[in-house]
Amino acid sequence: MGELKKTPLYEEHVKLGAKIVEFGGWEMPVFYSNVIDEHITTRTKAGLFDICHMGEIFVEGKDAFNLIQKLITNDLSKLSDGKCFYSVICLENGGVIDDLFVYRFNDEQFMIVVNAGNIEKDFKWFLKHKDFFDNVFVFNRSDETAKLDLQGSESEKILQKLTLFELKDLKRFSFVESEVNGISALISRTGYTAEDGFEIYFNAEKAAEIWNKILEVGAEFGIKPIGLGARDTLRVEACYSLYGHELTEQINPLEAGVGFVVKLEKEDFIGKAALLEIKEKGLKRRIAAFEMVERGIAREHYPIFKGDSLIGDVSSGTMSPTFKKGLGMAFVDTDEALVGNEINIKIRKNLYKAKIVKKPIYNFHGKTN
Amino acid sequence: MENPNELKYSKEHEWVRLEGDIATVGVTYFAQKQLTDIVFVELPEKGKNVEQGKQMAVIESVKSVSDVFSPVSGEVIEVNDKLKDNPELINNEPYGAGWIAKIKAVNKDELNNLMSADDYDKFVSETKH
Repeated sequence: MGELKKTPLYEEHVKLGAKIVEFGGWEMPVFYSNVIDEHITTRTKAGLFDICHMGEIFVEGKDAFNLIQKLITNDLSKLSDGKCFYSVICLENGGVIDDLFVYRFNDEQFMIVVNAGNIEKDFKWFLKHKDFFDNVFVFNRSDETAKLDLQGSESEKILQKLTLFELKDLKRFSFVESEVNGISALISRTGYTAEDGFEIYFNAEKAAEIWNKILEVGAEFGIKPIGLGARDTLRVEACYSLYGHELTEQINPLEAGVGFVVKLEKEDFIGKAALLEIKEKGLKRRIAAFEMVERGIAREHYPIFKGDSLIGDVSSGTMSPTFKKGLGMAFVDTDEALVGNEINIKIRKNLYKAKIVKKPIYNFHGKTN
Repeated sequence: MENPNELKYSKEHEWVRLEGDIATVGVTYFAQKQLTDIVFVELPEKGKNVEQGKQMAVIESVKSVSDVFSPVSGEVIEVNDKLKDNPELINNEPYGAGWIAKIKAVNKDELNNLMSADDYDKFVSETKH
């Protein structure tokens, strides 16, 4: 791997005393104060996340719709202007290349938000397939685009102080091209925490200015900067997938529990034939949420047993700051992936009791319309 | 925070307090500060023999799992059961209520392999840079 990349906010993180770690080729803040405090702050007030490392790929032209529809598993014909949705893109064999968000400006203009570690891979995938169409242009604008996530119940009040747009009119999974602190910005009512909140995209040169302004006007509401540590514990409680853990090229979206964005009835898309076959044959394993019954923290790759049989392994596990116990997600043999099933997870040398629970563990708390 | 003068310190950031032939061991202020919020401690088994420099316990924060190495050799005669319900005692009082185990230390010469408080302070300030 080459030199680690830094977001335009790196210096701000250092000034705030963040502990910096490597994540997907980037030097990112893992926490500023500590993970539990930042997690609870996001759940109860508001948190600001530097997400500049994620990628923004723009697809434009008369065939933009056709190219995206060919690559994603979700049905683009269901997405209207000013809305965004979640999807995955798959290999021919159904393995997941990435999970992403598609933003539709109009039928010839889209923004695709992809994982930081997959930007180059995804961009190449889009470029490779655009040649099948006459009129489509694909641009990787990741470097010049800043992304901040403002999450938590106080988010609307905070952001409203910096924009003329009436945020109460912005519905979940909708976006608007407006301004923040007088700077052009795209604001969507989306996020990765299961709280109300916004994802804000704008020119990377303005990153520090907007970051500091949001923290300044948010102070009276108790806002804090939040590192990737709490970003992870927040998404695990909500049972949101993280690429590299619940989704990889060796995992298909049906077993990963994101079948709700796989529209097998839509026109042909890459991976459709394989996914139809996988669905027909039935899933060998599937993602399940678990909670520890005995005190302990089951983490990624820890094996799961029922009696003497190995029945799965943990994909993401943590101590939950909200529920104050170990919990997470795991791939488990389909016939064992039943809510209430008592399982044992091997933590180092010993087996600890756990049980399969309903997904998500933490329900979405934000605006639902 | 001051590292108490009467204790001896290891390079892996454990401390030991020797009273008679009983060594009380724990992790240092610096160690808990690095780990931040400690949420789980896997204690050694009572009656088990531990060796100087070998893994004896595990401390977990929300995002990390860290081994604790025994600063002395001997038999574990008592463990701090309070850490099961209150692992944060290590954050709050690393040299007091956050102790991990008491070891019946066989060989007092082993303490020569450890650092004084002054030397440990220097060691930590070098680690930071």
